[in-house]
Amino acid sequence: MTTITAPSASPGAGTLRRGVLSRVADRAGGGLVQVVLIVLALFWLIPTLGLLVVSLRRDADNNSSGWWTFFTKPAQLTFENYSNLLATGFTSSFWNTVAITVPATILVIGFAAMAGYAFAWMEFPGRDALFLVVIALLVVPVQIALIPIAKMYGTLGIFGTIPGVVLFHTAFGLPFAIFLLRNFFVGIPKELLEAARMDGAAEWKIFATVVFPLAKPAVASLGIFQFLWVWNDLLIALVFADTGSQPMTKALQSQMRQFGTNVDILAPGAFLSLIIPLVLFFSFQRYFVQGLLAGSVK
Amino acid sequence: MTERLDGPQTPRGDGDVARGASPGPDETPQPPTATHPALEDVATGQDGTTDSTTAAATSAGPPALATGPAAPKAGYSGSGNLGPSPKVAVFFLLPAFVLLGAWMVYPIIFSLVRSLYDAGGGTFVGVDNYAAIFTDSATLTTIRNNLIWVVVAPSLVTVLGLLFAVLTERVRWATAFKLVVFMPMAVSLLASGVIFRLVYEQDPDRGVANAIITSVHDVFASSSGYPGARPRENDQAPAVADKGTVVTRQPVQAGGQVLIPLVGLKTEALPSGAAAAKEASAAPGELSGTVWLDFTPGGGTVNKIDGTEKGMPDVTVEAVAGGAVKATTTTAADGTFHFTGLPAGSYQVRLPQENFAQPFSGATWLGPTLITPAIIGAFIWVWAGFAMVLIAAGLSAIPRDALEAARIDGATEWQVFRRITIPLLSPVLLVVLVTMIINTLKVFDLVFIIAPGSVQPQANVIALEMWRVSFGGGGNQGLGSALAIFLLVLVLPFMAINIRRFRREQA
Repeated sequence: MTTITAPSASPGAGTLRRGVLSRVADRAGGGLVQVVLIVLALFWLIPTLGLLVVSLRRDADNNSSGWWTFFTKPAQLTFENYSNLLATGFTSSFWNTVAITVPATILVIGFAAMAGYAFAWMEFPGRDALFLVVIALLVVPVQIALIPIAKMYGTLGIFGTIPGVVLFHTAFGLPFAIFLLRNFFVGIPKELLEAARMDGAAEWKIFATVVFPLAKPAVASLGIFQFLWVWNDLLIALVFADTGSQPMTKALQSQMRQFGTNVDILAPGAFLSLIIPLVLFFSFQRYFVQGLLAGSVK
Repeated sequence: MTERLDGPQTPRGDGDVARGASPGPDETPQPPTATHPALEDVATGQDGTTDSTTAAATSAGPPALATGPAAPKAGYSGSGNLGPSPKVAVFFLLPAFVLLGAWMVYPIIFSLVRSLYDAGGGTFVGVDNYAAIFTDSATLTTIRNNLIWVVVAPSLVTVLGLLFAVLTERVRWATAFKLVVFMPMAVSLLASGVIFRLVYEQDPDRGVANAIITSVHDVFASSSGYPGARPRENDQAPAVADKGTVVTRQPVQAGGQVLIPLVGLKTEALPSGAAAAKEASAAPGELSGTVWLDFTPGGGTVNKIDGTEKGMPDVTVEAVAGGAVKATTTTAADGTFHFTGLPAGSYQVRLPQENFAQPFSGATWLGPTLITPAIIGAFIWVWAGFAMVLIAAGLSAIPRDALEAARIDGATEWQVFRRITIPLLSPVLLVVLVTMIINTLKVFDLVFIIAPGSVQPQANVIALEMWRVSFGGGGNQGLGSALAIFLLVLVLPFMAINIRRFRREQA
């Protein structure tokens, strides 16, 4: 008895001791991890917080002291910059952003859903080759089209107009959108479609009533992605919008040249431009993440 | 951790940054396989690598990786004979392909041709525009900068993303952390640029980066300098300025006393500990003296210590003989200093330059040397969340059994991480890396917004130069087209990887 219990007891005690030690080490390591992550989170929060606070301070305050002094003197915060900015016609660029973003998102979803459906569920010659073209276009940089499309818009008379900007965004959003939706559509059980086709339903009706409603999660991912991409774009607006059709990004960019003297315009403007993306992001972040995971291309 | 293993919902759950906070509304009815295919694929991509090493290499194309091997086959085998006629397909494809053709394919051809013509487009110049890219010093700078970007930024983003993903696995508030780090993804690069212009402001009283650096610096180095303090400029002053230092006009013998009156400083600039100045007490063989602010508002006698005048504490004082420093001391709160035990002889008392140096004011982030690293910092701030979320999804797809088995076999945590986690993650790491490489090749907004106009030539990148040359006042659309084609050529390898991978899946 004793000869058996003795050896079995000592490893038991050993593991217990090691268990305690490693638990202590875990606890200490866990504490360290927490501290590191808190510091990192501060690194990610402070810049945006800085923008917000700067946008809420008068120019004179921003020139004389750092924004972090608001921690001790919160009375200096004011909405003056915002009301001044809204009085200068910044609102028109806000509505331009909306007028560009909403159609560019809807068109991409509609056109890409149709094409994705065709790629997923129709037989036609050259289907694979055509889809390879879509895949190839995924990584094409926007720069390639700036000069040719500017020339084309000049001929068509839509240079500097909102429809021109919308169409450009729609075209460049399509490869990713088609790719994403087609991959979603092929996952839909074929029995559903075959049943509908057996019933003699027209193809557009199957698409609109059976397939498209099923694709809501994918459409949500695509929608939020395209929305943010268009809303946040600067380069395309810079080339194709004029002062009448310019979105917020371009309006703010034109202020950058005098940076330092006009922080009271830039900071609230930049913050206004990111409110809607942030609200969207926090409300639909799961779709946003799904879209990211689906294809990180742009 | 265990809830991540529960079957088909796993990918969906992991895709949700705020999963912990909100269970997420259930989707409208959907087919059993309708879990977002791409999400499923991040997971399946993981599993695939356990039995094939080549999968890691093939998954390089970000979009292609998202294509699960199973999904496309199901689709293609699924389309039976019941499908509609090709005419209907044309109807479905037409809107998209009109746009793709006119806005993407045609411009590629147009740019290719246009790049062979001169600035105005009237004269054929062959490959001169391309030659110009590789000979002009301005465009060579852009290429060099893009090279720095491609080498530095993607790997930093990937490593940080991996670090964040691994660390957040160990804390309860991982969701909150992920949301914070991920948030910049939703914000426009213009807004991010404005944010970082504010962060990088030179003045430590305005830019938070320099504010942090200077306060950290001040913890380790004394900051009690007197910038601007100087002796009076007249012949009676007992001390004179000499190449940034202040020296006594007359040599002093050991045992003597000196007065070093300084001006050019506001009384408020003196440290709060400064006491009323007084003449140093004389002791035999001791060289002593006083450094004080010789200024009384509304009067006072020049070069004399008046009642209200204060001493300057903590000033470094040197006793110099024959060009060499023989002794060093610092002044007391009343501005007095004493050199004891000096050998007899004649000395010059000197206040070295460090007493009058400007205070440390941080780095010149937006200057020509630091501008590219500074912008890369902003880029990392924007994209680390993306890398973290992708890698975290990959991490959660790693079978826990494999890790547990290794731990039971006695592997240390580091060995588990190095030998099991990293290899299993490599496809995702590659996706992040490649996506970031494509991103850095195309980087435009951040450089355009963060680099001040005067520094833009030093910070310039290809995408920005393309815009500048064609639309931003350069007026040379021939060179602009060549730059656009050059950019396209740079991303061609990634296009090829995507296509190859897709074809393999179809085979």
